Amino acid sequence: MKKPAMLLALTTVAAFGSAQAVTVTLACGSVGQELQLCKDGAARWAKKTGNTVKVFESPNLTNDRLGLYQQQLAAKSSDIDVYQLDVVWPGLLSQHFVDLKGKIPAAEVNANFKGIIAADTVNGKLVAMPWFTDAGLLYYRTDLMKKYGYSAAPKTWAELAAMASKIQAGEQKTNKAFAGYVFQGKNYEGLTCDALEWVASFGGGAIVDDAGKITINNPRAAAALNAAASWVGTVSPKGVTTYDEEPARGIFQSGNAAFMRNWPYAWALGQGEDSKVKGNIGVAPLPAGPGGSPAATLGGWQLGVSMYSKNQAASIELVRYLTGPAEQKIRAIEGAYNPTISALYQDKDILKANPFFGSLLSVFTNAVARPSGPTKGKYNQVSQAFSTAVSDVLNKKMTGTAAVAQLSTDLARIKGRGW
Amino acid sequence: MTTIKTTAAPVRQRGIEAARARQAIWLILPTMIAIVLVAGYPLYRTIFFSMFDANLTSPDQRTFLGLGNFWFTTDEGVALGFLQDPKWWGAVSNTLLFTVVSVFLETVFGMIIALVVNSAFPGRAFLRTAMLVPWAIPTVVSAQMWAYMYNDSFGLIGRGLLGGTALLANPTSSIWAMIAVDVWKTTSFMALLILAGLQSLPSDMYEAADMDGASKWTQFWRMTLPLLRPALLVALVFRSLDALRVFDIMSVMVGNVSAARLSMTAYARQALIDNQLLGLGSAVSIAIFIIIMVIVVVYVTAFRVKFD
Amino acid sequence: MYLKRTNPTLYYLQRVGFYVLVVVITLYLLVPFLWAVLTSFRKAGDLFLQPLQFMTAPSTLGNYADVFANPNFRLGLLYSLITAVGAVAIALLFGSFAAYALGRFKFKFKSAILYIVLAVSVFPQIAVLGGLYTLINSLNLYNNPGGLILSYLIFTIPFTVWVLTSFVRDIPGELEEAALVDGASPLQTLFRVLFPVMMPALVTTGLLAFINAWNEYLFALTFTSTKRTVPVVIANYSGATQFDQPWGQIMAASIVVTVPLIILVLVFQRNIVSGLTAGAVKG
Repeated sequence: MKKPAMLLALTTVAAFGSAQAVTVTLACGSVGQELQLCKDGAARWAKKTGNTVKVFESPNLTNDRLGLYQQQLAAKSSDIDVYQLDVVWPGLLSQHFVDLKGKIPAAEVNANFKGIIAADTVNGKLVAMPWFTDAGLLYYRTDLMKKYGYSAAPKTWAELAAMASKIQAGEQKTNKAFAGYVFQGKNYEGLTCDALEWVASFGGGAIVDDAGKITINNPRAAAALNAAASWVGTVSPKGVTTYDEEPARGIFQSGNAAFMRNWPYAWALGQGEDSKVKGNIGVAPLPAGPGGSPAATLGGWQLGVSMYSKNQAASIELVRYLTGPAEQKIRAIEGAYNPTISALYQDKDILKANPFFGSLLSVFTNAVARPSGPTKGKYNQVSQAFSTAVSDVLNKKMTGTAAVAQLSTDLARIKGRGW
Repeated sequence: MTTIKTTAAPVRQRGIEAARARQAIWLILPTMIAIVLVAGYPLYRTIFFSMFDANLTSPDQRTFLGLGNFWFTTDEGVALGFLQDPKWWGAVSNTLLFTVVSVFLETVFGMIIALVVNSAFPGRAFLRTAMLVPWAIPTVVSAQMWAYMYNDSFGLIGRGLLGGTALLANPTSSIWAMIAVDVWKTTSFMALLILAGLQSLPSDMYEAADMDGASKWTQFWRMTLPLLRPALLVALVFRSLDALRVFDIMSVMVGNVSAARLSMTAYARQALIDNQLLGLGSAVSIAIFIIIMVIVVVYVTAFRVKFD
Repeated sequence: MYLKRTNPTLYYLQRVGFYVLVVVITLYLLVPFLWAVLTSFRKAGDLFLQPLQFMTAPSTLGNYADVFANPNFRLGLLYSLITAVGAVAIALLFGSFAAYALGRFKFKFKSAILYIVLAVSVFPQIAVLGGLYTLINSLNLYNNPGGLILSYLIFTIPFTVWVLTSFVRDIPGELEEAALVDGASPLQTLFRVLFPVMMPALVTTGLLAFINAWNEYLFALTFTSTKRTVPVVIANYSGATQFDQPWGQIMAASIVVTVPLIILVLVFQRNIVSGLTAGAVKG
């Protein structure tokens, strides 16, 4: 394996005289628009610099992607130079990535949202550069709001439940399948995101604090979970505990829900030609709990350079280009990918394509990070334990209070000899 | 053996037998190498790693824990062994429930179907063929088919029969929904095996019983069932072992995180693959291996099942 | 017989009861599959219809077109085929050698070997999952059909050895003795004399092993990330995101992977039943 690769490298060097033009392999998404935008961006950089970019198509499911990347990195493989990383991975994979601090000018780094840069920094090392961000949003039906006499989106969870209940009661007279509120209730990473929003917006913290202390066992967190459990079977269908992003979007987009919690991607699809609610969608920050403030879970993807890359300098340049303002602008307009650079939220062209970007800037800048930083390699287990506990509360197997106490014990087990 | 024979058989005969034995070794060698490679060595590695703290992607960096993966309490009173994890015991009891109920129902339904197909009636050939359909469908496909039927907004069962109940949403009802899938999928297998057993029963015995005026009911309990016992028991062993290993149905229908609370295999896989805990996951795998081997031994000794 | 004369009412009641049972069994066995077939021919928008309207809604081949336009699914079929054929071919080759030795030769440890083979066939796959994962990694076979073929040998080999051994034992010895007298080597005897006789058994075991390999999920899910076989593709099927719910496509994909199996099973019905009983009743 190694020898032919080296031979190839030698011949390449010989052919170009010096090691100026190189081939960089970039791992990005595998389907439709995501892949196309990635290929286009890489092609623009290649044209500009004279280098070649090979696009490696990653698996579509996040877990598969992580599995494959861990595989490649553990084998110290140089097959992939630039990796696309989920915002919760830097803590897990930091040892395999080049420290970008100092390699990319500080001004360019600092133009990005502080929260994301913090999530991408592990023990002072900048593992990756933010490429696009995601945050939980509340989608609502503007036509139904008007019909039932509401003028603004709900500010608190209690308001949301009351509005959803009234609209649902009215609509169910003609449409049995209608639901007031849909969200991601299936026991998986998506439920961790949704539930973190409930807990944080009730002032219940972020499961594990930055120092690594387990903070979930508190009455506010318990109250948040109890509130969510009260929706299941009342304003949300019982089946909500089997939904991930797509079923929730399917129900909302086919006109069968008044409110939905989802990521920004649902906007562009909801305004698509085949959407039954086209033109009737509003987007607002998620509601707050009593005495708390709204919270949205931070999502999104970053680009990082592998330590095992043979073309680190070129790879860093590619990352710098792709995460730069010009490229982020194209992606925002063509694919509604949220920029991570604050200044772009004032850009006229971007706001024209995505009207809600401007009004929701604070949602994106203040998004709450999942505790992947402090829990490092054990984040996955923490998330599973959390979503499982939340799932028990939603299914009425446990009260919020009992669940957070139990979860605290589980997390202590997972922490074991330290994060 | 050979020494006894030398007195009677000529030396040449002994030479041929020795040569035959050598040839046999060569014939059997590829199989043995394959078994050592894909079963023996991996099993040894699993046992080995069950005593270490190690990561799946870097198994060479490991620390020895002894039985710490199974049972260990830190000075602060935090329980780290999986045997101290209530979720493990939840997965064990759900798997046992799944196994006992589904194998029982499969045996009863399989027996009924086999008895029906064994009697002569028009359409019998068709029914015999129809029996093979659920068996031929991949488990993942059956799980998806039933997940769709259980769906609360589109499903034939979830919406049509139950008026919008999400059976899979709740762990308590979901295990029963999954038992139904397994029963549907494997009843045919049971029926086929029982049918083969039924057809090997001597028919003159039943004629004699008819003459004596024994009712069909009595004939079934007094003659058919005792005679079927050996075939039935072997089928039971194999179905139980299959059911104890259940993973596909749960993983497909509720996802891997929820499946880890319902199936022992899913619990082990979550530790091993999703969480990369090679040591802990191996320890759990060993526990499953022991549980299944104990059940095999119990079956074999208690019912004196013969495999040959 | 007697009942028909002595108590005709009871007799006909029993007959009716029996046919009701037959109908119930047939429906139970076939309805889930037929419902999936029906759904695979319905548009995504019609999934919301009530069952009766759903049955009469217009049919479409759109789901099948979408499924075959999906590169993951097309490649999945290819990888499934490579993996299953590879694992079965190796198992049949090794298995027939071993079965010949175990069924025809006398040697030490013969019953020990038979018991090892039997023990491996009841192995829980999870017991070797971690060990196989590290093995496949160190052989550089992760995300490679080769790695799956290797791991599938754990169930295809014991199964073929066991079934073929019981078959070889039943072959009359004269055939082989004649060949041996002519001075043929064991391999020549196996290929020239026994294989032709064993053909039906090879087809049956091969088919059953193929079905097992085709349907395998746990290893395929664990040892691959992009080069996935169809069960994993179907388990994680996500349609083009513009549609309500990809159930129609999932059902179409399910039908596509199932129908070849059903046809094979129906064609080889008799062999399958005998193979199953040999495989299960005898081990």
